[in-house]
Amino acid sequence: MSINWFKYSSPQTFFPLAGKLALGFGLLALLACGMGLYLGFFVAPTDAQQGEAYRIIFIHVPAAWMSMFLYVVMAFWGGIGLAFNTRLSGMMASAIAPTGALFTFIALWTGSFWGKPTWGTWWVWDARLTSELILLFLYFGFMALQASIDDPRRADRAGAVLALVGVVNVPIIYFSVKWWNTLHQGASVSLTKAPSMAATMLTGMLIMSFGFWFYSIAAVLLRARCIMLERERSADWAGQYARGAA
Amino acid sequence: MRCARGERTLFDQLSFTLKGGELLRIGGPNGSGKTSLLRIACGLLEPDRGEVRWGGENVRKLKEDFWVRLLYIGHANALKDDLTASENLSVACTLAGIVADERRISGALGQLGLAGRENLPARVLSQGQRRRVALARLALGADVPLWVLDEPFTALDAAAVDCVQGLIGGHVSRGGRVIYSTHYEASIAAAVSRRIDLAGS
Amino acid sequence: MIAALRCVIVRDLRLAARRSSDVMTVVLFFVIVVSLFPLGIGPEPKLLRTVAPGVLWVAALLASMLALGRVFAADHADGTLEQMMLGATPLGLVVAAKVFAHWLVSGLPLVLISPVLALQFDFPQELLGVLALSLALGTPVLSLIGAIGAALTLGLRGAGTLLSLLVLPLYVPVLIIGAGAAEAAASGLGGHAQLLLLGAMLIFAGAFAPWAAAVALRISVE
Repeated sequence: MSINWFKYSSPQTFFPLAGKLALGFGLLALLACGMGLYLGFFVAPTDAQQGEAYRIIFIHVPAAWMSMFLYVVMAFWGGIGLAFNTRLSGMMASAIAPTGALFTFIALWTGSFWGKPTWGTWWVWDARLTSELILLFLYFGFMALQASIDDPRRADRAGAVLALVGVVNVPIIYFSVKWWNTLHQGASVSLTKAPSMAATMLTGMLIMSFGFWFYSIAAVLLRARCIMLERERSADWAGQYARGAA
Repeated sequence: MRCARGERTLFDQLSFTLKGGELLRIGGPNGSGKTSLLRIACGLLEPDRGEVRWGGENVRKLKEDFWVRLLYIGHANALKDDLTASENLSVACTLAGIVADERRISGALGQLGLAGRENLPARVLSQGQRRRVALARLALGADVPLWVLDEPFTALDAAAVDCVQGLIGGHVSRGGRVIYSTHYEASIAAAVSRRIDLAGS
Repeated sequence: MIAALRCVIVRDLRLAARRSSDVMTVVLFFVIVVSLFPLGIGPEPKLLRTVAPGVLWVAALLASMLALGRVFAADHADGTLEQMMLGATPLGLVVAAKVFAHWLVSGLPLVLISPVLALQFDFPQELLGVLALSLALGTPVLSLIGAIGAALTLGLRGAGTLLSLLVLPLYVPVLIIGAGAAEAAASGLGGHAQLLLLGAMLIFAGAFAPWAAAVALRISVE
């Protein structure tokens, strides 16, 4: 997005843009997810080893990718807010957290659904799933911290510090959990051992990833609009918008 | 400078310069932003608009270079209950970069009327005595150019008030600068004495 | 500057000595938690021997977290923290000194008691050294990471529980590697790799955590 950043770095100018973008990306998301699900559930061939149950991978893997990607983006916006003292960056970071947590939860839940028919248990302490679980706690920590602080400026900056510390830790956590997993009689239950990818499977997953990404953009922008209205409620433009919309 | 806490704007378009040998008094009713202004001056708080400069540079960038030239005594006495008066003063001085041996510490406490109480834990001292332990740093802070004092006279009796006023006046006459806030109608002799009153809501 | 740091450490140690009940509660908590596990999972010796490193590590983790309330909260309440922030010494160094003193008082006792408790679990005597060393390297890391959390939650309602939520996910790698050291030693593989990793974590945390905590403190005090 090579927009002139600085023009849109104030909530007042970004608000209408966010609305338009959200609509656009929302439609794209519907399209992409629709296509991806169709590919995943109807077109892609049945897997030789895992049967039909493997199809959950079309939701599980893109959701997991999104959960990690969104955390990094959240930390990025937090860092920008800390470095340049911009209000909008903090609002973006706060807006991302719930969507990120949602995808983490979806990844865990679908991982569970995959595990049951495949390995017989509702939960396996596989390296990736365990890391996702800890990532969920990191998201919850971020949201809880921001919820506990009344002053929005302190909440943004504290959240940014936490997110940055977390982002540094995520690879360390993943590495140590992977080690832990292989050390303890290496669980042959590995959800990462995906069935050998037929072309349609890979395409399906990629399209779903894009679908989730577009959805995230739309959801985050909508949430950011709410946050902007709330934070800037004493500003003229917010009052006018609220009166106009009412 | 502009400062807003929560939804309220405490003050806006506030601007001043303080030179050596000048005394600045901040007045105003409770809640008018005196403490916020003093904390902004120290670099603890960032104003919503504007900045504070020392020697041409923003104090929040100077950090220790500025803070070594600052003596701040806030509302809270910054005393540990379990340490004695003299231990408390000693720690405060070391942290602020003020060199003071045991003799000077006792001297300072004596000057504030606490002779004989140096080895009592702060827990057993009265409110006024605790305030005096906190203010005893002024007696050792002659080399620190800028003093920022938030309500220094609270809980003090007449003799102690005189003593502190004398210390402040002495510092200003030696070329130091002092910003302080108070409800009190203080009488401090100073070559240049200014006053800012915050309106309050 | 060294004088100021030494002053901070001596001050914190003196305060802990004069309020020794605070310190004892952390140690007693550790002992009680460790003793609860056999009551919960049964006294079968083989099982206990296997879980000993994990149990001791989880208990040390929880005890460390409990102690974090004391790092900055008291100084924040009486105004001494502000003075440290306006002092002549960089705040990051002051924080490092405080965390060191905090570890001496809340972490080191756990390290020293751990061999005794491990014997309760019939953990092999020759491996007690590895276990204690893993705790000796790991508990400072816990204190350092915990200090960041304590700084972020300074003065907030429900700070204690919030602090646990923030800090426990970050503790996970330390727990895995730390407990892994003694477990690897017990299974004959030797805990050298884990101990070296813990050492690396300690150096990394020692270099960055005080600075991050200082940034967090300034944010919290504004």
